[in-house]
Amino acid sequence: MRRQDWLPAGAGALCTAALAALLVGLLALLLWQAAPLLSLDWLWRPPRDAGLAGGIGSILVSTLLVVLVCLAAVIPLGLGCAIQLSERIDRRGRAARALGFSLDVLAATPSIVFALFGYQFFAVTLGLGFSIASGGLTLACMALPLMVRGSEQALRGVPVAVREAGAALALSDTGMLWRVLLPQARRGIAAAVILSLGRALAETAVLLFTAGYVLRMPGSLLDSGRTLSVHIYDLAMHVPGGSGPAAASAVVLVALIVALNLLIHRSLRTGEPDDC
Amino acid sequence: MFPPPGDGRAADRLLALLTGGAALLGALLLAVILATTLSGAVPALGSLSEALTRAHWAPLDGRFGMLAMIAASLAASLLALLLAAPLAVLLAVWLALYCPLRMQGALRALYELMAAIPSVVYGLWGLTLLVPLINRLAPPGANLLSAALVLALMILPYGVLLIDSRLRSVPLAQRQAGLACGLSTWGCFRAVHWPLARPGALAAMVLQFGRALGETMAVLMVAGNVVQLPDSLLAPVRTLTANIALEMGYAADLHRAALFLSGLLLLLLAMALMWRRPGGA
Repeated sequence: MRRQDWLPAGAGALCTAALAALLVGLLALLLWQAAPLLSLDWLWRPPRDAGLAGGIGSILVSTLLVVLVCLAAVIPLGLGCAIQLSERIDRRGRAARALGFSLDVLAATPSIVFALFGYQFFAVTLGLGFSIASGGLTLACMALPLMVRGSEQALRGVPVAVREAGAALALSDTGMLWRVLLPQARRGIAAAVILSLGRALAETAVLLFTAGYVLRMPGSLLDSGRTLSVHIYDLAMHVPGGSGPAAASAVVLVALIVALNLLIHRSLRTGEPDDC
Repeated sequence: MFPPPGDGRAADRLLALLTGGAALLGALLLAVILATTLSGAVPALGSLSEALTRAHWAPLDGRFGMLAMIAASLAASLLALLLAAPLAVLLAVWLALYCPLRMQGALRALYELMAAIPSVVYGLWGLTLLVPLINRLAPPGANLLSAALVLALMILPYGVLLIDSRLRSVPLAQRQAGLACGLSTWGCFRAVHWPLARPGALAAMVLQFGRALGETMAVLMVAGNVVQLPDSLLAPVRTLTANIALEMGYAADLHRAALFLSGLLLLLLAMALMWRRPGGA
């Protein structure tokens, strides 16, 4: 290593180490705060006293339902857009540009704007009220760009040779899609689904005004329900002495996010060779 | 490409209809969101000039000046960018050019994890660690500085990953040419990598500025939420996004319309950021 390299190499190593230490420290602190509460029992029990006592049972159920509604909407819609973009319309044509612009802006739109939209459109105009359905559908709008861009990339990555083989067998469009494109692109599509799931799981602001923050167990999709991230926010901001349960809920949320990240890594690593 | 539809079987026509319908929905979604936000904001459009030029926000008295909150949003995001951008470049350069190859994968996974941690968790950390710390310096501790620090930590990993991918996309031949000229790694970075990666790095930073502006929860939890023009780093402030989250629950009539107006401004900002690059790719 030359003399000019000493400073950047040293400073870079120092900052990287400091940041890694900070992250590990923050996670360790979260675990330490959460440790007295965390148990399997705590995961299933219903919350009491605004979440100070009891567990997070109903919150996990609400979270699951919101995420399922989101995926049920975003997967077919996103796949449809991706197939249209990669297989049917000209990449530089007007239709592709309009769809692309819409998706790019949606990707850059602050989540609080989706909250306003979801409240006004799903909860009020469509009459779904503060409900898990409103929340999940709004999250689907927010996650749509991730889902479309991810699966579009996966579909475009299907090798020409494989496509030609399909065409040489005179496969119909549907046959081509089911037997060639989707199986070939499945890992990339799976990664896009997991990415959308992670986005939905992490979101708080949108759900405050669409799914609401009722603590009890939701009876149907038209019931209000509180997700994990909303629970963390409410405990930390509005419940005195709530930092312990907030940290414990945060541990659960971060553990879910880490698990999803590992899944993405696995599905992408075995899918296509990395470029490095 | 599929063969052109139309001559095929019913299943193919159905498929064409479904994917076409999905694409139409996707393209219309932005229009629907814009129309919904706009229609919510219509009653307040008359006071647009007041909203943009006055700092007096008192919904009960019918005063809807947003300038203080716009200034707070800009100040917090700019500060976060100033803190995060140089650090992101340094970390990315180290990751791409100096770090031992064995560590690269693990480090990228670390940055990806940091990027994936929900904003409400960053807010929780800010609230339980940073705010009490700054409170010793300047009570109440929740202020512009805390917001900027939390935002900086949140946009840092995205910045590092984006700049790192730019640095890695520099063609091997050019890297080798630089090294063959006897340049040090740092010299090679300045002469070869940076000129090629700079436009992408700048675009990445603009994107992160946009993210910081749009962030709601973490800022809401640490900024103090007092509506005032930020006159010092230690002043508690309320950002435009936090204001919507705080008041949407009980706002009615003109107050509600004013909140939709601030949402409309944020949406238009996102459209302006994306206008120059239609079609993506």
